[in-house]
Amino acid sequence: MAFPHRLDAPELPDFSMLKRLARDQLIYLLEQLPGKKDLFIEADLMSPLDRIANVSILKQHEVDKLYKVENKPVLSSNEQLCFLVRPRIKNMRYIASLVNADKVAGRTRKYKVIFSPQKFYACEMVLEEEGIYGDVSCDEWAFSLLPLDVDLLSMELPEFFRDYFLEGDQRWINTVAQALHLLSTLYGPFPNCYGIGRCAKMAYELWRKLEEEEDGETKGRRPEIGHIFLLDRDVDFVTALCSQVVYEGLVDDTFRIKCGSVDFGPEVTSSDKSLKVLLNAEDKVFHEIRNEHFSNVFGFLSQKARNLQAQYDRRRGMDIKQMKNFVSQELKGLKQEHRLLSLHIGACESIMKKKTKQDFQELIKTEHALLEGFNIRESTSYIEEHIDRQVSPIESLRLMCLLSITENGEPKRLQMRMSYGPEHLLTFSNLRRAGLLTEQGPGDTLTAVESKVSKLVTDKAAGKITDAFSSLAKRSNFRAISKKLNLIPRVDGEYDLKVPRDMAYVFSGAYVPLSCRIIEQVLERRSWQGLDEVVRLLNCGDFAFTDMTKEDKASSESLRLILVVFLGGCTFSEISALRFLGREKGYRFIFLTTAVTNSARLMEAMSEVKA
Amino acid sequence: MDCYTANWNPLGDSAFYRKYELYSMDWDLKEELRDCLVAAAPYGGPIALLRNPWRKEKAASVRPVLDIYSASGMPLASLLWKSGPVVSLGWSAEEELLCVQEDGAVLVYGLHGDFRRHFSMGNEVLQNRVLDARVFHTEFGSGVAILTGAHRFTLSANVGDLKLRRMPEVPGLQSAPSCWTVLCQDRVAHILLAVGPDLYLLDHAACSAVTLPGLAPGVSSFLQMAVSFTYRHLALFTDTGYIWMGTASLKEKLCEFNCNIRAAPKQMVWCSRPRSKERAVVVAWERRLMVVGDASESIQFVLDEDSYLVPELDGVRIFSRSTHEFLHEVPAASEEIFKIASMAPGALLLEAQKEYEKESQKADEYLREIQELGQLTQAVQQCIEAAGHEHQPDMQKSLLRAASFGKCFLDRFPPDSFVHMCQDLRVLNAVRDYHIGIPLTYSQYKQLTIQVLLDRLVLRRLYPLAIQICEYLRLPEVQGVSRILAHWACYKVQQKDVSDEDVARAINQKLGDTPGVSYSDIAARAYGCGRTELAIKLLEYEPRSGEQVPLLLKMKRSKLALSKAIESGDTDLVFTVLLHLKNELNRGDFFMTLRNQPMALSLYRQFCKHQELETLKDLYNQDDNHQELGSFHIRASYAAEERIEGRVAALQTAADAFYKAKNEFAAKATEDQMRLLRLQRRLEDELGGQFLDLSLHDTVTTLILGGHNKRAEQLARDFRIPDKRLWWLKLTALADLEDWEELEKFSKSKKSPIGYLPFVEICIKQHNKYEAKKYASRVGPEQKVKALLLVGDVAQAADVAIEHRNEAELSLVLSHCTGATDGATADKIQRARAQAQKK
Repeated sequence: MAFPHRLDAPELPDFSMLKRLARDQLIYLLEQLPGKKDLFIEADLMSPLDRIANVSILKQHEVDKLYKVENKPVLSSNEQLCFLVRPRIKNMRYIASLVNADKVAGRTRKYKVIFSPQKFYACEMVLEEEGIYGDVSCDEWAFSLLPLDVDLLSMELPEFFRDYFLEGDQRWINTVAQALHLLSTLYGPFPNCYGIGRCAKMAYELWRKLEEEEDGETKGRRPEIGHIFLLDRDVDFVTALCSQVVYEGLVDDTFRIKCGSVDFGPEVTSSDKSLKVLLNAEDKVFHEIRNEHFSNVFGFLSQKARNLQAQYDRRRGMDIKQMKNFVSQELKGLKQEHRLLSLHIGACESIMKKKTKQDFQELIKTEHALLEGFNIRESTSYIEEHIDRQVSPIESLRLMCLLSITENGEPKRLQMRMSYGPEHLLTFSNLRRAGLLTEQGPGDTLTAVESKVSKLVTDKAAGKITDAFSSLAKRSNFRAISKKLNLIPRVDGEYDLKVPRDMAYVFSGAYVPLSCRIIEQVLERRSWQGLDEVVRLLNCGDFAFTDMTKEDKASSESLRLILVVFLGGCTFSEISALRFLGREKGYRFIFLTTAVTNSARLMEAMSEVKA
Repeated sequence: MDCYTANWNPLGDSAFYRKYELYSMDWDLKEELRDCLVAAAPYGGPIALLRNPWRKEKAASVRPVLDIYSASGMPLASLLWKSGPVVSLGWSAEEELLCVQEDGAVLVYGLHGDFRRHFSMGNEVLQNRVLDARVFHTEFGSGVAILTGAHRFTLSANVGDLKLRRMPEVPGLQSAPSCWTVLCQDRVAHILLAVGPDLYLLDHAACSAVTLPGLAPGVSSFLQMAVSFTYRHLALFTDTGYIWMGTASLKEKLCEFNCNIRAAPKQMVWCSRPRSKERAVVVAWERRLMVVGDASESIQFVLDEDSYLVPELDGVRIFSRSTHEFLHEVPAASEEIFKIASMAPGALLLEAQKEYEKESQKADEYLREIQELGQLTQAVQQCIEAAGHEHQPDMQKSLLRAASFGKCFLDRFPPDSFVHMCQDLRVLNAVRDYHIGIPLTYSQYKQLTIQVLLDRLVLRRLYPLAIQICEYLRLPEVQGVSRILAHWACYKVQQKDVSDEDVARAINQKLGDTPGVSYSDIAARAYGCGRTELAIKLLEYEPRSGEQVPLLLKMKRSKLALSKAIESGDTDLVFTVLLHLKNELNRGDFFMTLRNQPMALSLYRQFCKHQELETLKDLYNQDDNHQELGSFHIRASYAAEERIEGRVAALQTAADAFYKAKNEFAAKATEDQMRLLRLQRRLEDELGGQFLDLSLHDTVTTLILGGHNKRAEQLARDFRIPDKRLWWLKLTALADLEDWEELEKFSKSKKSPIGYLPFVEICIKQHNKYEAKKYASRVGPEQKVKALLLVGDVAQAADVAIEHRNEAELSLVLSHCTGATDGATADKIQRARAQAQKK
């Protein structure tokens, strides 16, 4: 099981360099404020920071106490305060209140604000408006790429999704371009570039501009990574909306993997303590099951347990010398494996318990029906019941969106049923704006939209027209795309999830993730040629691009390394699917995402909550 | 060779001095030099003359004239002096002419007579007048020191970063000092002044009297003093015709000389070079020039004309109306080679090469001689070095030829020094040309660096030569050619007689996409000259939008700036422009501009959401965006408003907006919310407890949990909660309460719209199998098996499944059969299956 890589699979570049770079830069910044200082860290930055520099490193550089940035009075008595924050206006106000309180108390301290990954002019302006711009010194910690795993880089910017796809705020695109620029300076230029989506195109163009400005640095370097593929999340919302059934995805859906690690509660650890576990390729047990369909995982784990037992059993009948060897060399490894095994078994149990309770099978069945486009009435009434039972508003929203995208609109009565409070009206409006939800009004056929547009064309306001077009663009053509790209595999007999045939295994053989299929098709053709219709259906007519350099310096090894950039987040299911594709075709995929996401995070990002 | 050393004059035993002509001056001076104020910049710099400076009392028609010439006497600029009387002229290190006026104002002119700026040496000077002034050079830049009519000194060590320092008073000073100079030690400028027989040293804190070690007696006054180029040495000329030479620290005497001339010299300057053997001072009188050093004899020259001395790093330049000469100590390498009867390796090599050219076998003899001593490497080096110090290209060539000849007999002689010397000499010969007129020596050139030399060429607008030098030396484009082209372009935009189009085209043709050229800098210059249109045209060539924006803003082309900023994709830049626009335009226009730029609009909205909510509302209002307005008020209803009335009012506004947006659904929902809020308020008043902010669903649930069934039903009717939903709600609530009696009553109230399986499920969830069984029997046939399995009645489930003849149900039951207890049931199912298959 646990698919081994093909022997000819290319080696992955060493991404730990990114960590070292980030650490060195942070230390440099901390040393800019010599002497003892208290460090205030924004909650969102804590986990990423932990992966870069632990407390003892911070202490080495004279960080005295650590505080979380939260709306509480500060008790720090240190003379120097350092803030490590994301460039958000609310943080600026927090810092301003703190500094101004000190001023009132007649206290002078040194303040330093370190923005990660970059500072924004708006932030500086707020500092100025609050009258403390002169009191603080500002710096940037250009830490934008966190290697979560050997093949997964995350920018840890979950807000990218809402900021760009909902609010139309493009400020993070520059950050993405900078990150790509960093990668190309470290790992050589990318000979082949593909992309789809408006944001992908903008990021790509900005990145190119950066490269041109700093000409010469990457010139003459041998490319280490042969292809780069940029993809906007809104090209494929469907995949992200589905319940995940590969192990890693399921763990994420159930326990929430945060920055590459997960908190297993007492019900998993079978003790009274919670345990924070790092989930990556170094966890041998996890590495073997992460990409597996959940139905296989239990069998695999029990097999593994038996093997382990057998290895333990070997010590019977050992002589003293062998025993010594065993204890000194193998026992530790076995114990470690034992520990991990029991953790993952615990996690599986816990998942099973939760999933059966919520009638997981029914849910999956409904999702598959929606994807395949049959029994729509039944699915709709299932969703209706789901809403009526008020199990989980987020889940209900997710199903509604899935229905809306696959069926090109959802009956409005579903929304009416929600009525969780006034803020949900805003949530609906958000979902509509992002193109996750469209209503299936009686008059809202295509002709109606067309007349709406033609009416607007006479209107002089250019902005409105783009608005209208973007709302038009958000019409989903999922059914047609699905047919064109053959996303629903033909079922002849049982789909053997133990021996997957195609990427559909990540959704129990019912659906090939759209995003992954697009990537597969483009890589096969080395261009968008022949995919014109699909691109048109995706409403990305102007935003699909290919760019190849003629230089023939790329080795065949590097040409099988592909960096996939997900703008707006990717799910573990997509990662698993592409890892599978890599094994089939002898590629290796590297993932760069603005954040790892899943359906719940997607919905939460769109929700308005009472503060 | 004899004739070559003809102009060598020995001073003492160790050193020779030579004087040779640099240029014959072609400047057609009408006045004598003594009638002018003269300033010549070091490093072969330009010469400034202010004619008729003292005839201020005369009519305006004979205003003084300021002329600027190159070192070769080529006129660079000429202008009528219209300001006040000038006391002193001096050149700064950037080759700017500083003209110190009597009123303390210092006017700064460029090389081409263009006025740059002016500054003042302090207010007190206004009354007291400036008596004397000096421009001096330190490692930070150029400084100015003045002596006022009140006999006080003020100095600024760097005119680029003007900080005036008023020096302390000299006690008892009644008249102006007989002579004074600026000393620079340890990065601080001091002033040394002589009053009668006394010397005083002024630093910024105090005035101290100093004495010269080893000064001959009988001195009653000092007439002249001179500091060396590097501020290391000092020389004083006394009224007894005695010259004291020592270190500038005044701690050590180097030597002394008595020239027996009591007349005050016109000028006295040091003539030495870095690492020179001898330190000598050149003293000039009206018709006599004397070089004195640590020797009993001095070298004397007769001056035919009125001359002016310019101290240099490695010698002295002497110019008069007709000639421009250079006097320096003969460098060691040259001396070795050219000294009469020299047997130095270099001399032999030069000889060998000459013989070789004559095809004489003597060449071999000489060469052997050098090789036998193992000095060939040294010989080559000597020749190369000496070539550097020669002024005449012919002599340079023959020395280099000798070096090149010697090199042939050496293994692995590193070629760098030879190659570089050839390159350097080519550059030097080019700039020494009469038309260029920068008579740099090799040592000066090395001290100045090629970058500064290029700057000076650019300053003289000698762009083609500068570019050729860059190309010849293969300097990186960014430092070399591009930089010069950019300077050229900046000059070009100042040509007002050429049309904007032509200038822009000319610049673009020359510059193209040369790396390192910033079109925005050139555009800024154009704008500085008042050519806005040209600036905009030039900006079009600028590839980096980030660079275009600030200038566009400065030129008040904000809207263009906005589109450029958006093009750049840099949101910070967009934001900068937005704020600029916000201040510049009135609100309406600002909003209109935003409306046409969706990207900027979303950016600004994001900002407003966090920082300026009211502006956000205005933005939506302006756009008639009723949908967003509605959303805005909804948000306000729970985020901003505290009082219930305020919240309802906000919701009402929202509902109105939604109606306007034709979003009936949202409007209705909002109105429902208003009703709910009011109702919740009433419930709180009447029943107590917490109802506000609960959703409709939760409100009903809370009512049921509180036992207010009637009210709950009323509410459900009022708000038309769908039947199914109400049933789910009640079911969950009653089960939570474990009110089994009420639940049963409820189940019987009418036929359940959601079936009875949920009843079974919820009872099981509450671990009440007994109650669950009650409902299991009522579950409809299609879900019966499930229900029975839930209550654990496997046997009956099997029966039902068999009855249904449903394969899926059969397997489901089978999967629930565990171990021995259900063995019989399992068999039964298997039998039924077999039967079914038979059929």
